[in-house]
Amino acid sequence: MTRYFTTDHEWLVVEGQTATVGITDYAQSQLGDITFVELPAVGATLSKGDSASVVDSVKAASDVYAPVSGSVTEVNPALEDTPELVNSAPEGEGWLWRMTLADAGELDGLMDADAYAAHVGGL
Amino acid sequence: MHLCAELKLVSDTYDLAPDAGERPAVLDLPLDAWHRARGGRMVEFAGYHMPVQYEGIIAEHLWTRSQAGLFDVSHMGQLVLRGANVAAALETLLPGAFQTLAAGKLRYSLLLADDGGILDDLIVTNRGDAFYVVVNGATKHADIAHITARLRAGVTLEHLTSHALLALQGPAAAQALASLDLVAWQDGGPALVDLRFMEAGAFRWGDVRLDISRSGYTGEDGFEISVPADAAEPLADALIALPSVKPIGLGARDSLRLEAGLPLYGHDLSPDIDPVEADLGFAIPARRRAEGGFPGAGQIAAAFAQGPARRRVGLLIEGRMAAREGAEIVHEGRSVGTVTSGGFAPTLERPIAMGFVETALAQPGAPLSILVRGKTLAATVTSLPFTPHRYVRKGAA
Repeated sequence: MTRYFTTDHEWLVVEGQTATVGITDYAQSQLGDITFVELPAVGATLSKGDSASVVDSVKAASDVYAPVSGSVTEVNPALEDTPELVNSAPEGEGWLWRMTLADAGELDGLMDADAYAAHVGGL
Repeated sequence: MHLCAELKLVSDTYDLAPDAGERPAVLDLPLDAWHRARGGRMVEFAGYHMPVQYEGIIAEHLWTRSQAGLFDVSHMGQLVLRGANVAAALETLLPGAFQTLAAGKLRYSLLLADDGGILDDLIVTNRGDAFYVVVNGATKHADIAHITARLRAGVTLEHLTSHALLALQGPAAAQALASLDLVAWQDGGPALVDLRFMEAGAFRWGDVRLDISRSGYTGEDGFEISVPADAAEPLADALIALPSVKPIGLGARDSLRLEAGLPLYGHDLSPDIDPVEADLGFAIPARRRAEGGFPGAGQIAAAFAQGPARRRVGLLIEGRMAAREGAEIVHEGRSVGTVTSGGFAPTLERPIAMGFVETALAQPGAPLSILVRGKTLAATVTSLPFTPHRYVRKGAA
C-alpha cells in the first residue's frame, strides 16, 4: 500500500476510494507532547490545502491541512481520550481522519516515502 | 501542517540592533555544547540558543515536580550595583523597600516606567557589599540602559557576563545540592542547610565561588546558582550525575511557572500593565506607597486608591483544548478580557490560562468563556497558584 506525503508533513494512504490521513513521525517529534486533537466534522467537504484539523501540543497549536480534496467520512475516535497516540503511533493508530478522494489526480503532486525522507533531511 | 519550531513564549520585546533595525546574531551561552550533547533541542530565545526540551516537556515537568530539574537560565541578565547609598538609589528606580532589605535576603521587584507601566520584573539580592539584580533575558539590555541613565553619581552598574546562571528546582533539590558539600565562602557566612526561601549566600565548591539563593520560578523548593562561566559545565555535570537530577528545557520551565501562577514578562506583564492590576501590589510595601519617590508613583497611588479596572486571574478551562495568549475572554456575549498565557498543565492534566478580566468578574468561581478558533471554551476564574507553592520558608518545620 502506497503512503503519500506532503511537504507540510501530512501522510495519506489510499484504500479503494478512501484516504486515511495523519501527520508524520517527523512532525510529531517536532511538536512534542500532543495534548489535544481537534478533528474535522464527519461530512465536512475539504479542498486540498484547507486547514482541516488542529493538533495541540504543550508548546503550540498547529494546523493540519487536507492533503487532497474530498469529504470526511470518519474521524479517529481514539484520539478524544488518547491524543498521545499521535506521538506514539503517528503513522498507525494515531491517524486523524478518513476522507473520500475527489480527484485521484491530486495524488500525483504528493511525495513518496523516499522523497519525503529527502525533504525532511534537507530541513 | 505548519511546524513552528520556536516557542510561543519567545518575548516580543526582542532587542533590535540600534543600526538599521537588523536582527542581531543569535548567541551561544556557556552551556550550549553541553545541552546539545545531552539531546537538548535548541531554539532561539531572547537572542540566544536555548534548549526547549530534552526528553519531552510533560516528562520534564513531572520530573521537576517529583525530583529535581536543572535549568540553564544564563540568558537572564545578572547585574551588580554598588556604591554609596546604593539601597537608597535602588529605591529611586524600583518600588520595593531596599533600605530595609537585610544582607543575605532577596526581594521580588518591578522596573517601572514613568507612567507606572511594567518594564520588567526582577529579583534583588542584598549581597552585603553590593546589590545583585537578576532581570529577564529579553529585556536586559533595555533595563541596563534605563537604569544607567537614572543612576545616581557614585553608584555603578556591572553586567556580569562572566557568569552563567543555573536553577535547580524540585523537592529533591536541597538534598542534591547538599551532596556537593559546599561550605560558606567566608567565615560567618550561612550554611547551605540554613538558607530559607528568598535567602542567599556565597559558597565554596572547590576553588569556585557559587552565589546561591533559595529561590526559583517553578513553585517548587529550589536554588538559583550564579557560577563563573568556565565552571558551569563541571557544575552541571556534577548535578546531573545525581540520580534525582535531570536537565530540563524552557518548555517545562514555562508550564511549571504557569501552574505556579507566576507571571511571565512580555506576556502577563508589559508596559501597558500596572502592578496593581497585575496583582503584584505585594511588591510595593506601605512605606513606598505612602512616600512615593519611584517612577510612576503617582499613577500607582491612584490605581491603589481607585482599584484596578481589570485584574490578572487564573482560568481553569473545561475540556482538552488549550487557550493561548491573545484569546478573547467573554461573559454574556460581551468581551471582558484577554488571555495572556495558557497551555496544558501537566500536573493538573488539563488546560489552564492566565489573563486579565474586568475586576467585577475577577472573583474565584466566576464563569467565563474563552474564544479559540471559532469555538467557545467554558472557563472558571480560580485563585492562583494552580498548584500549591512548596517553598521552604523561614519558621516552617
